[in-house]
Amino acid sequence: MEALIALVIGVLTAGGVFLALRAQTFPVVLGLTLLSYAVNLFLFVMGRLAVGVPPVISDAATAYTDPLPQALVLTAIVISFGMTAFVIVLALKARAELGNDHVDGLEDEEDRSS
Amino acid sequence: MTLAGHLPILPVVLPLVAGIVLLALRRVPTGVQRGVGLVATFALLPVAGGLLQATGDGTHLVYLLGNWEAPYGIVLVADRLAAWMLLVTALVAVFALLYALNGTDTEGRHFHVLFQLQLFGLNGAFLTGDLFNLFVFFEILLLASYGLLLHGGGRLRVKAGLHYVVINLVGSTLFLFAVGTLYGVTGTLNMADLAVKFAATPPENAALLQSAALLLFGVFALKAALVPLYLWLPAAYGHTSAPVAALFAIMTKVGAYSILRVYSLFAGMDSGPLAGLLDAWLLPLALATLALGVLGAAASSGLRQQAAYFVVASVGTLLTAVGLGDADALAAGLYYLPHSTFATAALFLLADSIARGRGEPGDRFEPGPAMPRAPLVGSLFFVTAIAVAGMPPLSGFLAKFMLLRAALDTSTAGWVLAVVLATGLLGVIVLARSGSLLFYRTHTPQSTMPVPSLAALMPVVALLVLVLGLTVAAGPTTEYTAAIAAQVSAPQAYIEAVLGGAR
Repeated sequence: MEALIALVIGVLTAGGVFLALRAQTFPVVLGLTLLSYAVNLFLFVMGRLAVGVPPVISDAATAYTDPLPQALVLTAIVISFGMTAFVIVLALKARAELGNDHVDGLEDEEDRSS
Repeated sequence: MTLAGHLPILPVVLPLVAGIVLLALRRVPTGVQRGVGLVATFALLPVAGGLLQATGDGTHLVYLLGNWEAPYGIVLVADRLAAWMLLVTALVAVFALLYALNGTDTEGRHFHVLFQLQLFGLNGAFLTGDLFNLFVFFEILLLASYGLLLHGGGRLRVKAGLHYVVINLVGSTLFLFAVGTLYGVTGTLNMADLAVKFAATPPENAALLQSAALLLFGVFALKAALVPLYLWLPAAYGHTSAPVAALFAIMTKVGAYSILRVYSLFAGMDSGPLAGLLDAWLLPLALATLALGVLGAAASSGLRQQAAYFVVASVGTLLTAVGLGDADALAAGLYYLPHSTFATAALFLLADSIARGRGEPGDRFEPGPAMPRAPLVGSLFFVTAIAVAGMPPLSGFLAKFMLLRAALDTSTAGWVLAVVLATGLLGVIVLARSGSLLFYRTHTPQSTMPVPSLAALMPVVALLVLVLGLTVAAGPTTEYTAAIAAQVSAPQAYIEAVLGGAR
């Protein structure tokens, strides 16, 4: 289980970094989204993996899982959601203002094909 | 709890409430919005002053939100350093806002809302005693800064804004990775509690802690624009509107503050896995930042870009003071911090007046028409340039002198002296060249240029008066910064104040 989660986080991060280094704004936005998924998972599992145990105190429980990372990851999800929305709008605005979706807003066709 | 007990949370709540009220007032006339924004910003001055007074004797005001004991609840901690940063922020914000009232605030929507939320994030970042809340306040100030940066729109601004937003989003992700690792190893995010837990960490986890702490340093270095992570700054600051750039003069200092705060707690201990973690890194990077900042200023094609590079250089000087790891040097750095913030803010505001007065060439360094009121604007530029370059008689010179004197006792004295003195000389040459290009190589204008209004020049004058005040009151101010440095160098008192209730 741990190895699987670690692998998932690693693949998401690698994909996110690769896409964030692209030259078009759309892959960059996707890359940032993948990175935020990776970090959300990472934060979540920092409370250790546990199956079928409650995070809040109850009489029947024999063990507990750490509720704090779940609260942290909720905050992180909200923030990354807002940021993603913002960066998508900004990318659209840049596409409208600069006339192309290159991250440096290239001037003409020759620059773009190179 | 008495009203005075709630003082530490006021700088956070006040701009938040003002921001929400302004959002609700978005349909009322501009005059009312400006009034609310001004009142809320001016109100930060007495609050910061009160905190400065309350923490002056060395107490740590610990504010437990919801009265949950640290480290289980969230804490705000006001000490001398936090109060100092709050006061500098409030002063810069007041004059940036006064400048913005000349028309910048009506170029787009929600300027006053974003301005207040920016102050909310800044003040929160200075006061929080919790690493995750530091992340949250960073996000708040960044999100507000994205809006402010793009305020008014325009091609170059959008392009610079896109780079700024993307690099900061990557920075936020790295911040969360670092926070997650620290939580996974220690089980806490309260900064004081972290410092205690580090000492008790088994050696097999030391490498994890070190990598998390260095990752965190990378994030703060990105915010502070330390070499090699400063490349986003000149374009972003150079293309945004003047009052926003002036307010952003404090933003890089948030990164420097975080480095100082977090590493005085984490690495300030005599032992533990993180002791002396940054000793080998911070000073060379800071000196390189200083050198490259001034070189960038020398290569700039316009005054606003040059001002942005001087922001980079001022961060280099400030972090040199931090990196020397000596209380005297730190005191000099904390005296330099308000000076450089006021001086670069004044330069940004003045550059805007110059660009408007020159018409077509704007702030680019090329011969152009003589601007109206050139003697007045030129004199202001002269004083600002002296302040930015750190020439006598203004406070920048005093701060650098104190810094160099403190550096003399260290083993790296040669490097520090060489870089600080050489960049000082180069800074003077660069600014003298800019001034002569802008004010002397002129021709008679074909058409009448807009006269820089006195209302636009007054905030510049006020910021320069603040620099002058720092110079005149150098004695008491440096005594105070020495007290801050002493407090920061002894993190044990901070830890005991925060965790006092729990142990």
